[in-house]
Amino acid sequence: MAETATTLPPAQRAPGIDFRSLLTRHGAWIALALLILFNLAVTPNFATWQTLNVNLTQVCTIVIVGVGMTLVIATGGIDLSVGALMAIAGALAPLIFLGKLFPLPHPALGIALAFVLPALATGALGWFNGWLVTRLRIQPIIATLVLFIAGRGIAQVFTNGNLQVFNLPSFQFIGLGRVFGIPFQALLMIVIVAVAAWMLRRTVFGRQILAIGGNERAARLSGIPVASVKQRVYLISGLLSGIAGLIVIARNSAADANLVGLGMELDAIAAVAVGGTLLTGGRATVIGTLVGALIIQLVRYTLLANGVPDAAALVAKAVIIVLAVWLQRQSHR
Amino acid sequence: MNSTSLKLFQGIGRYGVLLALLALIVFGWLRYDNFLGTFNVLSVLRYNSMFALVALGMCFVIITGGIDLSVGSTAALGSVVAAMLSPYGWLPGLLGGLAAGLAVGASNAFIITRLNILPFIATLATMLAAGGCALLLAENQSVSVSYESGFTELGQGDFLGFPIPGWIALIAYLLGSVVLNLTSFGRTILAIGGNEDAARLMGLPANRVKALVYLTSGGLAGLAGVILAAQFGAGQPIEGVGWELFAIAAVVVGGTLLTGGVGSVGSTLAGVLLLGLIFNILNFENGLGWISLSAYWQSVIRGAFLLLVVAIQARLSMRPEEAA
Repeated sequence: MAETATTLPPAQRAPGIDFRSLLTRHGAWIALALLILFNLAVTPNFATWQTLNVNLTQVCTIVIVGVGMTLVIATGGIDLSVGALMAIAGALAPLIFLGKLFPLPHPALGIALAFVLPALATGALGWFNGWLVTRLRIQPIIATLVLFIAGRGIAQVFTNGNLQVFNLPSFQFIGLGRVFGIPFQALLMIVIVAVAAWMLRRTVFGRQILAIGGNERAARLSGIPVASVKQRVYLISGLLSGIAGLIVIARNSAADANLVGLGMELDAIAAVAVGGTLLTGGRATVIGTLVGALIIQLVRYTLLANGVPDAAALVAKAVIIVLAVWLQRQSHR
Repeated sequence: MNSTSLKLFQGIGRYGVLLALLALIVFGWLRYDNFLGTFNVLSVLRYNSMFALVALGMCFVIITGGIDLSVGSTAALGSVVAAMLSPYGWLPGLLGGLAAGLAVGASNAFIITRLNILPFIATLATMLAAGGCALLLAENQSVSVSYESGFTELGQGDFLGFPIPGWIALIAYLLGSVVLNLTSFGRTILAIGGNEDAARLMGLPANRVKALVYLTSGGLAGLAGVILAAQFGAGQPIEGVGWELFAIAAVVVGGTLLTGGVGSVGSTLAGVLLLGLIFNILNFENGLGWISLSAYWQSVIRGAFLLLVVAIQARLSMRPEEAA
């Protein structure tokens, strides 16, 4: 993963190109390629637009949330609240465009606000996570546990636990729309991945994130505003979770606070880990997270398309996570 | 900060949970008629004994500086296995659930100590796998237990007027406290959490002790699953979601540091009872009809309470110049 990983200090170069280092450095890409080859050979109707679209739409939300998670993990933190934040954004949007929260002067304005306000709300909650981590010095896992427990409850209180059904093509464009035949959410995903990858590698902010994850004390001593960088990272994670929540409800034509984003924190963390980002911080790859999410999704699709029950796919997912992380460890020896 | 005042602050942190628990009990006693009645007390203990077992294992794991995210789905797997074996008698059910838990614990121990993978990722993976196995075994349904074999006594029965799950948890906590405070195993656990490299250099068998800790956590989670199946009359493959976070919250509320090296079994029990009583009190509030709290509000209030406790703890453990 040498050329896709952004590392501080730069990744060590292996002395020679042998099979072993090839396997460990590019393990995620090789796994993805093998999965695709296997499917081309075995799974019926794999090489169709239909299959590509199904897999793309399934993986989009994981990747979008995973990008935020990658940044958080790069600072040495973790964000358990992403799924709950998705539920909050998903609960808020219909309340806004259905005019239940406040009267709407114009439907178009309602739809615009339904995009903006929920994402701002989850961004603010992400900022709150960052505030707990940086100002109160609460460990990230506990700080974000608060909203993991309370967040879904907040979403359920908003909607009284009811399912909100709607049919509003202009809002649902974010989940169902197509541009040149490509799902809009996939384009959104690609833009987010590209911007985040560029930011992590080319901007001062990105270097600061990696420096903090690599050695927070050293980063502080060298004058990096650790607290403000961390807070921004949690804010971004919250914001992206909110966008993912909007996509999910747009896709389903319904918002169910009980289900939106359920278990997403695990999927996102798994994608980040499989993609090659170090969970101890300091080394992060956004492209890796994209590949990791694609692998996890493809494994699930492969098993389901070949008649293996969903529960067995969970076991397979577990084996893949352990295998991928173990392979990465070998490359760091 | 000198070491005396540091001890003082940690002392407040540790006794804070006992004070909060006491305050909550007094509040309940003053406000509700039957709060300290035998029925309510025993049912609180009966229901929370499952969480107490899981939290005990989590306490040991966290003291070593690790984390065990798999306990919830391990309990679910244990409940399914126990329910499937329950027609053959209570003992096979009990042993089956325990064995399932130990198997997950052994996988965690192997992945963490042999493959050298972070506990967070290792137990995240086994959490998925154990949940998948539970669903596969149970074929996506709950598995009803046999009522003839006496298995349900493990969850619903009494012994000397005290709930059997309560006895199991009580014995586990006494054993846990003795092991942590009086044995060399317990001291090794604390040493590993304090500084693993130093412990290794001192010749302490860090890997073996860590493996045993994850095995213990898995076994206790399996036992919690047995009680779950016995109490609700069914093995529940999708139960246990969020138990790991409840257990982590209980351990942290009890003053154990997530960075390892410090921790107390007794405070963990206090943490479990504290979180359990909040739930109990919310139910009483609903019963009184003063406020009508839906289940949704309960998780909000729990989260807010967790926030309150960790914020106070963070404040107490901060150095004075930082707290300013």
